[in-house]
Amino acid sequence: MKPAPFEYVTPRTLDEVLMRLADLGDDAKLLAGGQSLVPAMNLRLARPRVLIDLGRVSDIDYIRAVDGTVALGACVRQRTAERSEAVSRGVPLLARALPFIGHPAIRNRGTVGGSLAHADPAAELPAVVAALDGELVVASARGRRTVKPSEFFTSYMTTALRPDEMLLEVRLPHATATSRSAFVEFARRPGDFALAGVAVVLDVDAANTARAARVALFGVGPTPVRVVRAERCLTGRVITDDVLREAAQSAAREIDPPSDLHATSHYRRRLATVLVEDALRQALAGVY
Amino acid sequence: MPEGIAIKVTVNGVVRERRVEPRLLLADFLRHELELTGTHVGCEHGVCGACTVLVDGATARSCLLFAAQLDGARITTVEGLARDGEPQPIHDAFHENHALQCGYCTPGFLITVHELLAENPEPTDADVRDALSGNLCRCTGYVNIIKAVLDAADRLRATGWRPLSR
Repeated sequence: MKPAPFEYVTPRTLDEVLMRLADLGDDAKLLAGGQSLVPAMNLRLARPRVLIDLGRVSDIDYIRAVDGTVALGACVRQRTAERSEAVSRGVPLLARALPFIGHPAIRNRGTVGGSLAHADPAAELPAVVAALDGELVVASARGRRTVKPSEFFTSYMTTALRPDEMLLEVRLPHATATSRSAFVEFARRPGDFALAGVAVVLDVDAANTARAARVALFGVGPTPVRVVRAERCLTGRVITDDVLREAAQSAAREIDPPSDLHATSHYRRRLATVLVEDALRQALAGVY
Repeated sequence: MPEGIAIKVTVNGVVRERRVEPRLLLADFLRHELELTGTHVGCEHGVCGACTVLVDGATARSCLLFAAQLDGARITTVEGLARDGEPQPIHDAFHENHALQCGYCTPGFLITVHELLAENPEPTDADVRDALSGNLCRCTGYVNIIKAVLDAADRLRATGWRPLSR
């Protein structure tokens, strides 16, 4: 099918974008990579009256080191982030997750910010930001604010972005000498939407004790899920096989996965259990 | 007041200037405005890969781009892969390995293979399968396509021929 008619505008600066959003609110949609928005428009699930193309806006696609974090401008292409040394060195979890997004042709256009703002429950990047406990910088004509992942992702395809706001940047903590991370997902075919997936970030000392653990699941609910009881299973304990299994079982009890055309709730729960253990093992082994 | 958005795009090396309705997809612009019907329309939501072209040297789904976005862009379609009308080693490999039947998916595959081999001149079987996972084929069952890509990689290495650069 073809999209419904719309008005098309090409601002050159961030200020222009924010003025347009202040003016138009819900009547407008932002076009970044278009890899989620344009399918919705082609299927007429989305019919924005105005499309604000971010493609000519300067300086919103940077990758910068800022105070012990790696800051990515919202319009960084996923493929650019995938190839970035700053990302592979500074945020290995992100580097590990990016190739799971769709296919190269999708990632050549798709953006980091776009995926986060679209907030598909099966998307990889929201879980990555949740596991890293990163920060999302939101801009409007009224100013800027910083939002944590748990406040940003509110429901299916829904974020805390108000109609006049734009996601500007995501800040992710730089890996340390003792941090370990891993990313796993399961999909029927490479590039398909994940049935379930896990991003983990651990802080492990020389005695194999987890000083901190963050485990974020996706595909198992409306938003990424931090399984906090599983995290508590791990924190302060020497990591053994039994502890890993305990954490995986705990994670399975903390989620309430949906049943749909692609998988039952029971299947997703089983999948999550296996993937949590896999991810934890990979993180500990420093694998990827 | 002239209708539509003015764009100036270079398609297969030729500069084209047109006015387009905002909602005109790149795939439809190429096929209907420029009569380059080698690019095919399949699913119109980015999954099947039949519409894949190169935009500024990188693969992209032409069903997920509006022509209006591409003022100043350089686009290569399957028609632009053949130089001076002569088929290239990738085309030869597809032909000789029976990697196409109806041919509907083939242009998308050829564009994707160009990008794969430009970035990875010595792909393994697994590399090829992974790189092509975004292109669907209903006829061949993929086995001959993979053989063709590995064969094309060999031919390119043997002749020193390079795919289109970025």
